[in-house]
Amino acid sequence: MYCDRCGLAAAEGDHAACVTARQLEPPRYCADCRRRMKVQVVPTGWTATCVEHGERRG
Amino acid sequence: MPKILDRARARVLDDGAGLDEAGILEVLQLPDEDLPELLQLAHEVRMKWCGPEVEVEGIVSLKTGGCPEDCHFCSQSGLFASPVRAVWLDIPSLVEAAKQTAATGATEFCIVAAVRGPDKRLMDQMRAGVQAIKEAVDIQVAASLGMLTQEQVDELAEMGVHRYNHNLETCRSYFPNVVTTHSWEERWSTLTMVRESGMEVCCGGILGMGETLEQRAEFAAQLAELDPHEVPLNFLSPRPGTPFGDRPVVEGRDALRAIAAFRLAMPRTILRYAGGREITLGDLGTRDGLLGGINAMIVGNYLTTLGRSATADLELLKDLKMPVKSLSATF
Repeated sequence: MYCDRCGLAAAEGDHAACVTARQLEPPRYCADCRRRMKVQVVPTGWTATCVEHGERRG
Repeated sequence: MPKILDRARARVLDDGAGLDEAGILEVLQLPDEDLPELLQLAHEVRMKWCGPEVEVEGIVSLKTGGCPEDCHFCSQSGLFASPVRAVWLDIPSLVEAAKQTAATGATEFCIVAAVRGPDKRLMDQMRAGVQAIKEAVDIQVAASLGMLTQEQVDELAEMGVHRYNHNLETCRSYFPNVVTTHSWEERWSTLTMVRESGMEVCCGGILGMGETLEQRAEFAAQLAELDPHEVPLNFLSPRPGTPFGDRPVVEGRDALRAIAAFRLAMPRTILRYAGGREITLGDLGTRDGLLGGINAMIVGNYLTTLGRSATADLELLKDLKMPVKSLSATF
Protein backbone atom coordinates (compact mmCIF):
# COMPACT_ATOMS: atom_id res chain seq x y z
CA MET A 1 0.00 0.00 0.00
CA TYR A 2 1.15 3.54 -0.76
CA CYS A 3 0.60 7.03 0.60
CA ASP A 4 -1.93 8.66 -1.73
CA ARG A 5 -0.25 12.06 -1.31
CA CYS A 6 3.46 11.40 -1.83
CA GLY A 7 3.34 8.00 -3.50
CA LEU A 8 5.87 6.37 -1.17
CA ALA A 9 5.26 3.15 0.73
CA ALA A 10 2.71 3.85 3.45
CA ALA A 11 4.44 1.57 5.93
CA GLU A 12 7.82 3.28 5.55
CA GLY A 13 8.70 6.72 6.88
CA ASP A 14 6.54 9.31 8.56
CA HIS A 15 3.44 10.40 6.64
CA ALA A 16 1.99 12.64 9.34
CA ALA A 17 2.58 15.74 7.19
CA CYS A 18 0.86 14.00 4.28
CA VAL A 19 -2.16 13.19 6.44
CA THR A 20 -2.40 16.84 7.53
CA ALA A 21 -1.96 18.14 3.99
CA ARG A 22 -4.59 15.74 2.66
CA GLN A 23 -7.25 17.64 4.60
CA LEU A 24 -6.88 20.35 1.97
CA GLU A 25 -5.77 18.25 -1.02
CA PRO A 26 -7.25 15.44 -3.07
CA PRO A 27 -5.22 12.22 -3.44
CA ARG A 28 -2.64 12.22 -6.22
CA TYR A 29 -1.32 8.64 -6.17
CA CYS A 30 -3.24 5.38 -6.25
CA ALA A 31 -2.89 3.78 -2.83
CA ASP A 32 -2.93 0.32 -4.44
CA CYS A 33 -0.30 0.72 -7.16
CA ARG A 34 1.22 4.23 -6.67
CA ARG A 35 0.31 5.28 -10.22
CA ARG A 36 -0.31 9.01 -10.54
CA MET A 37 -4.07 9.49 -10.89
CA LYS A 38 -6.02 11.87 -13.10
CA VAL A 39 -7.63 14.23 -10.60
CA GLN A 40 -10.43 16.70 -11.26
CA VAL A 41 -11.33 19.13 -8.50
CA VAL A 42 -14.73 20.89 -8.69
CA PRO A 43 -16.19 23.43 -6.21
CA THR A 44 -17.90 20.78 -4.09
CA GLY A 45 -15.72 17.70 -4.51
CA TRP A 46 -13.13 15.78 -6.51
CA THR A 47 -12.64 12.62 -8.54
CA ALA A 48 -9.36 10.73 -8.82
CA THR A 49 -8.98 8.03 -11.44
CA CYS A 50 -6.35 5.30 -11.58
CA VAL A 51 -6.09 3.60 -14.95
CA GLU A 52 -5.83 0.22 -13.17
CA HIS A 53 -7.93 0.61 -10.02
CA GLY A 54 -10.72 2.93 -11.11
CA GLU A 55 -12.29 6.06 -9.66
CA ARG A 56 -12.39 7.46 -6.14
CA ARG A 57 -14.56 10.41 -5.12
CA GLY A 58 -14.51 12.86 -2.30
CA MET B 1 -2.63 56.39 16.72
CA PRO B 2 0.30 56.00 14.29
CA LYS B 3 0.62 58.96 11.94
CA ILE B 4 0.16 56.77 8.87
CA LEU B 5 -3.27 55.72 10.15
CA ASP B 6 -4.21 59.37 10.73
CA ARG B 7 -3.17 60.14 7.17
CA ALA B 8 -4.99 57.07 5.83
CA ARG B 9 -8.16 58.06 7.69
CA ALA B 10 -8.18 61.46 6.02
CA ARG B 11 -7.07 60.38 2.55
CA VAL B 12 -8.72 56.97 2.14
CA LEU B 13 -11.73 56.94 4.46
CA ASP B 14 -12.78 60.57 4.07
CA ASP B 15 -11.71 61.26 0.49
CA GLY B 16 -11.80 57.79 -1.11
CA ALA B 17 -8.29 58.09 -2.53
CA GLY B 18 -5.86 55.19 -2.15
CA LEU B 19 -2.56 55.34 -0.27
CA ASP B 20 0.54 55.74 -2.39
CA GLU B 21 3.41 53.20 -2.39
CA ALA B 22 5.26 54.87 0.49
CA GLY B 23 2.11 54.94 2.59
CA ILE B 24 1.34 51.29 1.82
CA LEU B 25 4.85 50.34 2.96
CA GLU B 26 4.37 52.25 6.22
CA VAL B 27 1.21 50.26 6.83
CA LEU B 28 2.94 46.95 6.09
CA GLN B 29 5.64 47.89 8.61
CA LEU B 30 3.24 48.70 11.46
CA PRO B 31 3.94 46.71 14.64
CA ASP B 32 1.58 44.00 15.86
CA GLU B 33 0.12 46.23 18.57
CA ASP B 34 -1.30 48.54 15.88
CA LEU B 35 -2.91 45.71 13.93
CA PRO B 36 -6.40 45.94 15.54
CA GLU B 37 -6.58 49.66 14.80
CA LEU B 38 -5.37 49.08 11.22
CA LEU B 39 -7.95 46.37 10.58
CA GLN B 40 -10.70 48.57 12.02
CA LEU B 41 -9.77 51.41 9.68
CA ALA B 42 -9.60 49.08 6.66
CA HIS B 43 -13.03 47.72 7.59
CA GLU B 44 -14.48 51.24 7.86
CA VAL B 45 -13.02 52.03 4.43
CA ARG B 46 -14.53 48.88 2.91
CA MET B 47 -17.94 49.60 4.48
CA LYS B 48 -17.97 53.24 3.36
CA TRP B 49 -16.77 52.74 -0.22
CA CYS B 50 -18.02 49.20 -1.00
CA GLY B 51 -20.80 48.46 1.44
CA PRO B 52 -21.53 45.42 3.58
CA GLU B 53 -22.22 42.95 0.76
CA VAL B 54 -19.78 40.14 0.05
CA GLU B 55 -19.37 38.83 -3.50
CA VAL B 56 -19.19 35.04 -3.56
CA GLU B 57 -17.55 33.10 -6.38
CA GLY B 58 -16.77 29.53 -7.33
CA ILE B 59 -13.93 28.48 -9.62
CA VAL B 60 -13.23 25.38 -11.66
CA SER B 61 -10.40 24.12 -13.79
CA LEU B 62 -11.46 23.40 -17.35
CA LYS B 63 -7.97 22.21 -18.34
CA THR B 64 -5.67 21.10 -15.53
CA GLY B 65 -1.92 20.55 -15.64
CA GLY B 66 0.53 20.26 -18.51
CA CYS B 67 1.14 24.02 -18.70
CA PRO B 68 4.24 25.07 -20.67
CA GLU B 69 4.95 28.04 -18.38
CA ASP B 70 7.22 27.93 -15.32
CA CYS B 71 5.32 29.93 -12.68
CA HIS B 72 7.31 28.75 -9.67
CA PHE B 73 4.32 28.52 -7.33
CA CYS B 74 2.17 26.39 -9.63
CA SER B 75 1.68 22.63 -9.46
CA GLN B 76 0.19 22.67 -12.96
CA SER B 77 3.41 23.51 -14.77
CA GLY B 78 4.58 20.68 -16.99
CA LEU B 79 8.16 21.75 -16.28
CA PHE B 80 8.23 20.61 -12.64
CA ALA B 81 8.06 17.17 -11.03
CA SER B 82 4.57 17.83 -9.68
CA PRO B 83 2.12 14.95 -9.14
CA VAL B 84 -0.63 16.87 -10.95
CA ARG B 85 -1.58 15.16 -14.23
CA ALA B 86 -3.18 16.83 -17.24
CA VAL B 87 -6.96 16.46 -17.41
CA TRP B 88 -9.85 18.19 -19.22
CA LEU B 89 -13.32 18.75 -17.79
CA ASP B 90 -16.22 17.86 -20.08
CA ILE B 91 -19.12 20.26 -20.69
CA PRO B 92 -21.80 18.40 -18.67
CA SER B 93 -19.44 18.35 -15.65
CA LEU B 94 -18.68 22.05 -16.17
CA VAL B 95 -22.38 22.91 -16.14
CA GLU B 96 -22.90 20.76 -13.04
CA ALA B 97 -20.06 22.63 -11.30
CA ALA B 98 -21.74 25.94 -12.22
CA LYS B 99 -25.04 24.68 -10.79
CA GLN B 100 -23.35 23.64 -7.55
CA THR B 101 -21.69 27.05 -7.34
CA ALA B 102 -24.97 28.91 -7.95
CA ALA B 103 -26.64 26.81 -5.25
CA THR B 104 -24.32 28.37 -2.68
CA GLY B 105 -25.65 31.82 -3.58
CA ALA B 106 -22.55 32.69 -5.58
CA THR B 107 -22.96 35.19 -8.40
CA GLU B 108 -19.66 34.45 -10.13
CA PHE B 109 -18.34 31.29 -11.74
CA CYS B 110 -14.82 31.47 -13.11
CA ILE B 111 -13.60 28.96 -15.69
CA VAL B 112 -9.82 28.53 -15.53
CA ALA B 113 -7.33 26.78 -17.80
CA ALA B 114 -3.65 26.07 -17.17
CA VAL B 115 -2.22 27.40 -20.42
CA ARG B 116 0.10 30.13 -21.69
CA GLY B 117 -2.85 31.32 -23.73
CA PRO B 118 -5.85 29.62 -25.33
CA ASP B 119 -5.65 27.68 -28.61
CA LYS B 120 -8.59 26.98 -30.93
CA ARG B 121 -9.55 23.80 -29.05
CA LEU B 122 -9.76 25.68 -25.76
CA MET B 123 -11.67 28.62 -27.27
CA ASP B 124 -14.14 26.17 -28.83
CA GLN B 125 -14.53 24.42 -25.46
CA MET B 126 -15.09 27.81 -23.80
CA ARG B 127 -17.75 28.83 -26.32
CA ALA B 128 -19.63 25.56 -25.83
CA GLY B 129 -19.21 25.73 -22.06
CA VAL B 130 -20.30 29.35 -21.63
CA GLN B 131 -23.35 28.78 -23.82
CA ALA B 132 -24.33 25.63 -21.92
CA ILE B 133 -23.94 27.37 -18.55
CA LYS B 134 -25.96 30.40 -19.63
CA GLU B 135 -28.78 28.12 -20.81
CA ALA B 136 -28.88 26.18 -17.54
CA VAL B 137 -27.70 28.43 -14.69
CA ASP B 138 -28.34 32.00 -13.55
CA ILE B 139 -24.77 33.05 -12.82
CA GLN B 140 -22.14 35.43 -14.20
CA VAL B 141 -19.37 33.66 -16.10
CA ALA B 142 -15.75 34.79 -15.77
CA ALA B 143 -12.68 33.28 -17.40
CA SER B 144 -8.97 32.89 -16.78
CA LEU B 145 -7.15 31.47 -19.78
CA GLY B 146 -3.74 33.12 -19.68
CA MET B 147 -2.46 35.65 -22.17
CA LEU B 148 -4.80 36.66 -24.98
CA THR B 149 -4.63 38.10 -28.46
CA GLN B 150 -6.95 40.97 -29.36
CA GLU B 151 -9.02 38.52 -31.42
CA GLN B 152 -9.44 36.24 -28.41
CA VAL B 153 -10.37 39.16 -26.15
CA ASP B 154 -13.08 40.15 -28.61
CA GLU B 155 -14.29 36.55 -28.89
CA LEU B 156 -14.60 36.10 -25.12
CA ALA B 157 -16.48 39.39 -24.78
CA GLU B 158 -18.82 38.33 -27.57
CA MET B 159 -19.44 34.97 -25.81
CA GLY B 160 -20.73 36.87 -22.79
CA VAL B 161 -17.77 36.45 -20.45
CA HIS B 162 -18.23 39.46 -18.20
CA ARG B 163 -14.97 39.41 -16.24
CA TYR B 164 -11.49 38.21 -17.16
CA ASN B 165 -8.91 37.16 -14.58
CA HIS B 166 -5.24 37.51 -15.32
CA ASN B 167 -3.07 37.90 -12.24
CA LEU B 168 0.13 39.89 -12.30
CA GLU B 169 1.04 37.56 -9.39
CA THR B 170 3.66 39.88 -7.89
CA CYS B 171 5.29 43.25 -8.41
CA ARG B 172 7.20 44.08 -11.56
CA SER B 173 10.61 44.04 -9.85
CA TYR B 174 10.13 40.54 -8.35
CA PHE B 175 8.33 38.90 -11.28
CA PRO B 176 11.50 37.46 -12.90
CA ASN B 177 12.05 35.49 -9.66
CA VAL B 178 8.64 33.88 -10.10
CA VAL B 179 8.24 33.38 -13.85
CA THR B 180 10.88 33.25 -16.58
CA THR B 181 8.85 31.99 -19.57
CA HIS B 182 6.99 35.25 -20.08
CA SER B 183 7.15 38.79 -18.76
CA TRP B 184 5.16 41.01 -16.43
CA GLU B 185 4.70 43.37 -19.36
CA GLU B 186 3.07 40.63 -21.46
CA ARG B 187 0.54 40.13 -18.68
CA TRP B 188 -0.07 43.87 -18.44
CA SER B 189 -0.70 43.97 -22.19
CA THR B 190 -3.47 41.36 -21.93
CA LEU B 191 -5.04 43.30 -19.05
CA THR B 192 -5.05 46.49 -21.11
CA MET B 193 -6.85 44.74 -23.97
CA VAL B 194 -9.38 43.23 -21.57
CA ARG B 195 -10.19 46.62 -20.08
CA GLU B 196 -10.65 48.21 -23.50
CA SER B 197 -13.02 45.40 -24.54
CA GLY B 198 -15.50 46.31 -21.81
CA MET B 199 -15.00 43.12 -19.82
CA GLU B 200 -14.31 43.68 -16.15
CA VAL B 201 -10.67 43.28 -15.14
CA CYS B 202 -9.80 40.85 -12.36
CA CYS B 203 -6.16 40.98 -11.36
CA GLY B 204 -4.36 40.04 -8.19
CA GLY B 205 -1.57 37.79 -7.08
CA ILE B 206 0.09 35.68 -4.44
CA LEU B 207 1.78 36.91 -1.29
CA GLY B 208 4.58 34.97 0.39
CA MET B 209 6.70 34.04 -2.63
CA GLY B 210 9.82 35.60 -1.16
CA GLU B 211 9.05 39.23 -1.97
CA THR B 212 10.13 41.91 0.50
CA LEU B 213 7.68 44.25 2.22
CA GLU B 214 8.90 46.96 -0.16
CA GLN B 215 7.98 44.73 -3.09
CA ARG B 216 4.62 43.92 -1.52
CA ALA B 217 3.95 47.67 -1.37
CA GLU B 218 5.18 48.04 -4.94
CA PHE B 219 2.72 45.36 -6.02
CA ALA B 220 -0.23 47.02 -4.29
CA ALA B 221 0.66 50.35 -5.89
CA GLN B 222 0.95 48.75 -9.34
CA LEU B 223 -2.43 47.10 -8.92
CA ALA B 224 -3.90 50.44 -7.84
CA GLU B 225 -2.50 51.98 -11.02
CA LEU B 226 -4.20 49.23 -13.04
CA ASP B 227 -7.42 49.91 -11.09
CA PRO B 228 -9.00 46.47 -11.53
CA HIS B 229 -12.63 45.77 -10.77
CA GLU B 230 -11.50 42.88 -8.59
CA VAL B 231 -8.29 41.88 -6.80
CA PRO B 232 -8.02 38.22 -5.75
CA LEU B 233 -5.54 37.91 -2.91
CA ASN B 234 -3.80 34.54 -2.56
CA PHE B 235 -1.32 33.41 0.08
CA LEU B 236 1.28 30.93 -1.08
CA SER B 237 0.27 27.33 -0.50
CA PRO B 238 3.63 25.60 -1.13
CA ARG B 239 3.02 22.83 -3.64
CA PRO B 240 5.17 19.67 -3.68
CA GLY B 241 7.55 19.49 -6.61
CA THR B 242 7.47 23.20 -7.44
CA PRO B 243 10.44 25.57 -6.92
CA PHE B 244 8.46 27.27 -4.12
CA GLY B 245 7.44 23.94 -2.56
CA ASP B 246 9.61 24.46 0.53
CA ARG B 247 8.82 28.12 1.20
CA PRO B 248 7.29 28.96 4.58
CA VAL B 249 3.63 29.86 4.82
CA VAL B 250 2.82 33.56 5.33
CA GLU B 251 2.39 34.36 9.02
CA GLY B 252 -1.23 35.21 9.87
CA ARG B 253 -0.58 38.71 11.21
CA ASP B 254 1.46 39.58 8.09
CA ALA B 255 -1.41 38.36 5.93
CA LEU B 256 -3.90 40.53 7.82
CA ARG B 257 -1.60 43.56 7.56
CA ALA B 258 -1.39 42.94 3.81
CA ILE B 259 -5.17 42.65 3.46
CA ALA B 260 -5.63 45.99 5.21
CA ALA B 261 -2.81 47.60 3.22
CA PHE B 262 -4.31 46.47 -0.10
CA ARG B 263 -7.70 47.83 0.99
CA LEU B 264 -6.15 51.19 1.86
CA ALA B 265 -4.43 51.20 -1.54
CA MET B 266 -7.67 50.39 -3.38
CA PRO B 267 -10.67 51.56 -1.34
CA ARG B 268 -13.31 50.76 -3.97
CA THR B 269 -12.12 47.46 -5.45
CA ILE B 270 -13.59 44.02 -4.83
CA LEU B 271 -10.88 42.50 -2.61
CA ARG B 272 -11.34 38.76 -2.69
CA TYR B 273 -10.08 35.98 -0.49
CA ALA B 274 -8.58 33.42 -2.87
CA GLY B 275 -6.27 30.45 -2.30
CA GLY B 276 -4.15 29.80 0.77
CA ARG B 277 -6.31 31.49 3.41
CA GLU B 278 -7.09 28.14 5.04
CA ILE B 279 -3.45 27.43 5.93
CA THR B 280 -2.32 31.03 6.45
CA LEU B 281 -5.25 32.38 8.46
CA GLY B 282 -7.38 29.44 9.59
CA ASP B 283 -10.95 30.00 10.74
CA LEU B 284 -10.26 32.86 13.15
CA GLY B 285 -8.01 34.71 10.72
CA THR B 286 -10.55 34.32 7.94
CA ARG B 287 -13.03 36.13 10.15
CA ASP B 288 -10.48 38.85 10.98
CA GLY B 289 -9.79 39.47 7.29
CA LEU B 290 -13.49 39.92 6.57
CA LEU B 291 -13.44 42.54 9.32
CA GLY B 292 -10.26 44.08 7.92
CA GLY B 293 -10.91 44.93 4.28
CA ILE B 294 -11.99 41.76 2.44
CA ASN B 295 -15.38 41.97 0.69
CA ALA B 296 -15.43 38.90 -1.54
CA MET B 297 -14.47 35.27 -1.34
CA ILE B 298 -13.98 32.13 -3.34
CA VAL B 299 -16.06 29.43 -1.70
CA GLY B 300 -15.60 25.69 -1.97
CA ASN B 301 -12.60 24.10 -3.61
CA TYR B 302 -9.86 25.68 -5.68
CA LEU B 303 -8.29 24.41 -8.90
CA THR B 304 -6.11 21.60 -7.54
CA THR B 305 -6.56 21.96 -3.77
CA LEU B 306 -9.53 21.94 -1.43
CA GLY B 307 -11.06 24.82 0.52
CA ARG B 308 -13.37 25.21 3.47
CA SER B 309 -16.92 24.08 2.83
CA ALA B 310 -19.12 26.74 1.29
CA THR B 311 -21.56 26.15 4.12
CA ALA B 312 -18.96 27.11 6.74
CA ASP B 313 -18.10 30.33 4.89
CA LEU B 314 -21.74 31.26 4.38
CA GLU B 315 -22.44 30.66 8.07
CA LEU B 316 -19.55 32.97 8.90
CA LEU B 317 -20.98 35.72 6.67
CA LYS B 318 -24.36 35.29 8.33
CA ASP B 319 -22.72 35.52 11.73
CA LEU B 320 -20.94 38.72 10.69
CA LYS B 321 -24.21 40.14 9.28
CA MET B 322 -22.59 40.54 5.87
CA PRO B 323 -25.16 39.78 3.14
CA VAL B 324 -24.09 37.81 0.07
CA LYS B 325 -24.21 40.10 -2.94
CA SER B 326 -27.15 39.14 -5.13
CA LEU B 327 -27.03 38.65 -8.88
CA SER B 328 -29.26 41.69 -9.46
CA ALA B 329 -26.77 43.84 -7.54
CA THR B 330 -23.92 42.88 -9.87
CA PHE B 331 -25.37 44.55 -12.98
